[in-house]
Amino acid sequence: MIRLRLPALLAAALLLSACASTPGRPYDPFEASNRVMYAINDPLDKYIAKPIAQAWVDYVPSFIRTGASNYFNNIDDLFSGINGLLQGKLDKAGDDFGRVMINTGFGFLGLIDIASEAGIPRGNEDFGQTFGYWGIPQGPYLFIPLWGPSTVRDGTGSILRYWYTPTQLIPDVAVRNVIYGIGAIDARAQALGATSLLEQASIDPYTFVRRSYLQRREYLVYDGKPPPEKEEE
Amino acid sequence: MRFPISLSRVVAGLCFAVAASVALAQEAPDALVKRVAGEVLQIIKTDPKVQAGDQQRIREVVESKLLPYFDFERITALAMGRNWRQASPEQQKQLVDQFRALLVRTYSGALAQYRDQVMDYKPLRADANATDVTVRTEVIRQGQQPVQIDYSMTKSPSGWKVYDVIVGGVSLVTNYRDEFTEQIKSGGIDGLIKTLNAKNQGAPAK
Repeated sequence: MIRLRLPALLAAALLLSACASTPGRPYDPFEASNRVMYAINDPLDKYIAKPIAQAWVDYVPSFIRTGASNYFNNIDDLFSGINGLLQGKLDKAGDDFGRVMINTGFGFLGLIDIASEAGIPRGNEDFGQTFGYWGIPQGPYLFIPLWGPSTVRDGTGSILRYWYTPTQLIPDVAVRNVIYGIGAIDARAQALGATSLLEQASIDPYTFVRRSYLQRREYLVYDGKPPPEKEEE
Repeated sequence: MRFPISLSRVVAGLCFAVAASVALAQEAPDALVKRVAGEVLQIIKTDPKVQAGDQQRIREVVESKLLPYFDFERITALAMGRNWRQASPEQQKQLVDQFRALLVRTYSGALAQYRDQVMDYKPLRADANATDVTVRTEVIRQGQQPVQIDYSMTKSPSGWKVYDVIVGGVSLVTNYRDEFTEQIKSGGIDGLIKTLNAKNQGAPAK
């Protein structure tokens, strides 16, 4: 039962903080503190996360990196299947669960992505999208250092997803932590090209990231067919 | 009377050029996207200067091969939203110029990062008489989620022109509308022009 407690607490904390809103952009009532978090994230990313991810790409053999990505993708596929089910998208969920079974069983716990070779497409459902599909609003926008953009809805989903990850089943704490560490590096390495482009494209990177994130999530919730946007202000 | 041989060649050449430009003006929007993207990617893959990361050359490619197919006035007006009508003609001209420069820089940076992804072009589902269509493409990367890139296009007398690019559901115009609104709120339209100008004067990001 201990496992249940943390996500519930964090979700409650997120929701509570969501109530203390200030006027401004309706979707970003915490803009002032979010901007502080964004400013904190900048040096953390520049001097810690990004160099580590770059070293990972430069010095670790590609078959190890691919194996690591595949391992985490396999877990994502599992959650994609669960969320497909939660949204009643049985076809997609079937693909996802099929992938997980093939890759876990024949691909050494997901280290080899046989299912992609076999042409089974990857899904990309997650808890945040499920909540959106159920009609739960996204709630205030949040920027979390070293994690990135989120919302109360998506953040709650991410907490669920990482709290119940199968990696938790590994009994050895040290091994588990190494895997979590590699997961974080792998995630950052995937986005290495994106940051320089962001600096080039945006006038105010904070606004740019926020709008990109919110648009992207809306698009995913509606499976690529979001309703036409309303003119703001 | 017989035409000198060289003159008849010129006439034939002219006829061909006119025919070609008429054909181009009538080129279907999805065919246009496929052709232009194919041409640009071919240059990116084979041009030694581009391969060496020569920013100047990449920018030349963007200017000559891509820009003619973008309607920058429409893009700027859409990104400005209702502020567009508040701007004087002179301000509008400056906004279009500065925004175009910013997008060229960004596009050049993006192309410099292009590796050997595969482009997939979706069949166009639109009425033959349509004047506004969305051309859907997909970038396929090994072992990763494909990225959808959609081009919103409108028909003009000189052929189809792009007025928005939507990457994985993120619309360029919508993104910039937020940024522009924020700048205009704090410094007015002239403030926005100044900011864009300063950004374009700055050293290109790595």
